[in-house]
Amino acid sequence: MSFTIGLLVVTFLASLGGLALFIWSMSNGLFGTESAASRVIFGAKEVGLAEEPAAQSEAQQNELQETMNRTGHTGEFSVLTVEEATERAEQDASSKWPVLMCVGFSVAWLVAASIFGLIASIKLHVPDWLVGDAWLTFGRIRPAHLNAVAYGWCSLAAFAVALWLMPRLLRTPLVGGRTAAVGATLWGLGVTAGIVAILTGHSAGLEWLEFPWQCDVPMVIGGTLMGVALLRTLRNRRVEHLYVSVWYIAAGLLWLPILITVANWPGVHFGVQEAAMNWWYGHNVLGLWFTPIGLAAIYYFIPKVLGKPIHSYNLSLVGFWTLAFFYSQVGGHHLIGGPVPGWIISLSIVQSMMMIVPVTAVAINQHRTSWGHLGALRHSPTLRFVVIGGMMYTLASVQGSIESLRVVNTVTHFTHYTVAHAHLGLYGFFSMVMFGAIYFMLPRVLDWEWPSNRLISAHFWLVMGGFTIYFVGLSLGGWLQGLAMLDAARPFMDSVNITKPYLLVRTIGGSLMTLGHLVFALHVGLMLLRRGAERRGPTLLRARTYTPITPNMAIGGSNA
Amino acid sequence: MSGAPQVDIRRLIAGALAIVVFSMIMLVMLPYVLTKPDVLPAKPVAYTDAQQRGRAVYIANGCVYCHSQQPRDPSIAPDQQRGWGRPSVPDDYVRDKPHLLGTMRTGPDLFNIAVRQPSRDWHLGHLYQPRAYLAGSIMPAYPFLFERRSGAARAGEAVVTLPPGVVPSGVRIVATPEAQALVDYLLSLDHTYPVQTVRAAGASGATP
Repeated sequence: MSFTIGLLVVTFLASLGGLALFIWSMSNGLFGTESAASRVIFGAKEVGLAEEPAAQSEAQQNELQETMNRTGHTGEFSVLTVEEATERAEQDASSKWPVLMCVGFSVAWLVAASIFGLIASIKLHVPDWLVGDAWLTFGRIRPAHLNAVAYGWCSLAAFAVALWLMPRLLRTPLVGGRTAAVGATLWGLGVTAGIVAILTGHSAGLEWLEFPWQCDVPMVIGGTLMGVALLRTLRNRRVEHLYVSVWYIAAGLLWLPILITVANWPGVHFGVQEAAMNWWYGHNVLGLWFTPIGLAAIYYFIPKVLGKPIHSYNLSLVGFWTLAFFYSQVGGHHLIGGPVPGWIISLSIVQSMMMIVPVTAVAINQHRTSWGHLGALRHSPTLRFVVIGGMMYTLASVQGSIESLRVVNTVTHFTHYTVAHAHLGLYGFFSMVMFGAIYFMLPRVLDWEWPSNRLISAHFWLVMGGFTIYFVGLSLGGWLQGLAMLDAARPFMDSVNITKPYLLVRTIGGSLMTLGHLVFALHVGLMLLRRGAERRGPTLLRARTYTPITPNMAIGGSNA
Repeated sequence: MSGAPQVDIRRLIAGALAIVVFSMIMLVMLPYVLTKPDVLPAKPVAYTDAQQRGRAVYIANGCVYCHSQQPRDPSIAPDQQRGWGRPSVPDDYVRDKPHLLGTMRTGPDLFNIAVRQPSRDWHLGHLYQPRAYLAGSIMPAYPFLFERRSGAARAGEAVVTLPPGVVPSGVRIVATPEAQALVDYLLSLDHTYPVQTVRAAGASGATP
């Protein structure tokens, strides 16, 4: 008993320490300070230049610039010199092939995963549909969906973002592009083998860890190879300060192979210990892999598109360390009420609540950076996806913290509510940010503009509409399901029947999302094949200048 | 240019490693030390070969995505009142590799399904067509675990007794070895034996 209390006290004190650090950083004049490190992503005098490779015309890019001029331009003369533009083009060129491979693979997996997900969703309200073949049964298609999303789409998109961002952040060409390409191939092969294993009935049986360990071996090697290439690039850096995105990417690439290796080690884990490990992994792959990469992208793309450094660099660092510490221990909240030692669950609930600290840090930083410039969302597809993704991150995290409280968890545990929450995180936050990142990256990587503005809009509205329907419907259905299950006076079948209309709603939302992904995949395909009208010019990377005509506009426009 | 923290890569790597190792100690290693019994408890008994094969069928077809195996304490939820059994304890799972605790109850908890539904025929028929037994069920049917035969009966075939009208007359449904093993496993899910109170208490706050 004293052990339990001691442990809780230590964790709690450590958590309070994190909070103190947070408050100290805010009251110590660091809060709101714009340090040199936050300007690393810009050229010497580039701040003030809005940039949107996914803009469809010079006019759209100018509108974005005008919006920024009205709402937040410093009034200074801004310039991206020929030298700086050339250097950046070299950085983009150095990562071209591994990035293209990762984007290509990831989008292919996105399509496959969407189809798996849609089939699984329909099966829940049409249970006699496609029951003849074992590989199409719900219990195989559903994990195929999850794994194709997590390791196919999300992870490969994450690698693409990491490989493309690091040379830019470190201002040096990627070292070992070939190593990274081999790594991406190995990863892709491992995922393919894993999905085939699940569909043919060779699942390892643990959620998030269904791939047999033999399939994880090439993934770990591939992930490590990409990490090695980035580490070598890091040692070659030509910047004095490491931008916060570098922290997140480097740490994420370090954590991922460790997580996969420990969790899949054959023959060690058993019973309840394995369940604890299962959710240590399940939540850490979100918290220590997808979240860092997603945040790294947010911290780069919002300032870059707006031409405005992040609100507070130091706050972002505090956010980094508290995220790592608290997030890494929240997994036990998936076992509330289960046969697990009580202190594990208490520990995880405490840390889940402490997650509010890093989440607030990110929220303040993100919203203080983009606040007042929301008009820019209209002119920038990248920003639309990334800013909304960032908002979903805040929402998903706060929802997750609340969900870990016993009183809420008792209702939501074992229901579709949790599924909806998982989609808010991995889709609303992470996937949206990845969409935005790909819209920004591909024109730079291919030196070719997106063929169609309409396809981008169609993608955005389909997935936004579809996801809203999905999330609202399933959360509501899940909550009602939980209430029905807790009511001893109602038969269990009540909890099944009550969800049926909501499961149908989920299929409708999911269909729209899938349609959106098909549009996106088509567009990426056209882009990779360089099809469509050739419009090389207005938004491609090149030296630019901006001279404010009326500097007073910057002040006068602040009430906009 | 001053004022920005001088970032040390080694510090970043060391800190990131320390954090992940700490979380591993808390959530992976300590549970290992605390739940690993010195000697395996008498109950539950080891799975038979057939039950183990059935467990593999359960895993291969993802039953865990809709069925939990972890009844909760009566103070939390009415699991016991639904006939799902007493709250489970770590010792109940020491023989389980992989664990199948589950996180979803699209269907009911199965930790004591053998007690609630001891009929082999019921299980086989229900796997073939759940809606023949429970009209509103959304459980998938598993026809691929069965064979549809007509004509003369063959020696040793496990014909499934189905409610009238599920298959036309003259057609019989025969359970494959996988279906039979799966039912063997389901019929092994009986955790009604009493548990040692000390280890049971470990599940709700205290540790031995």
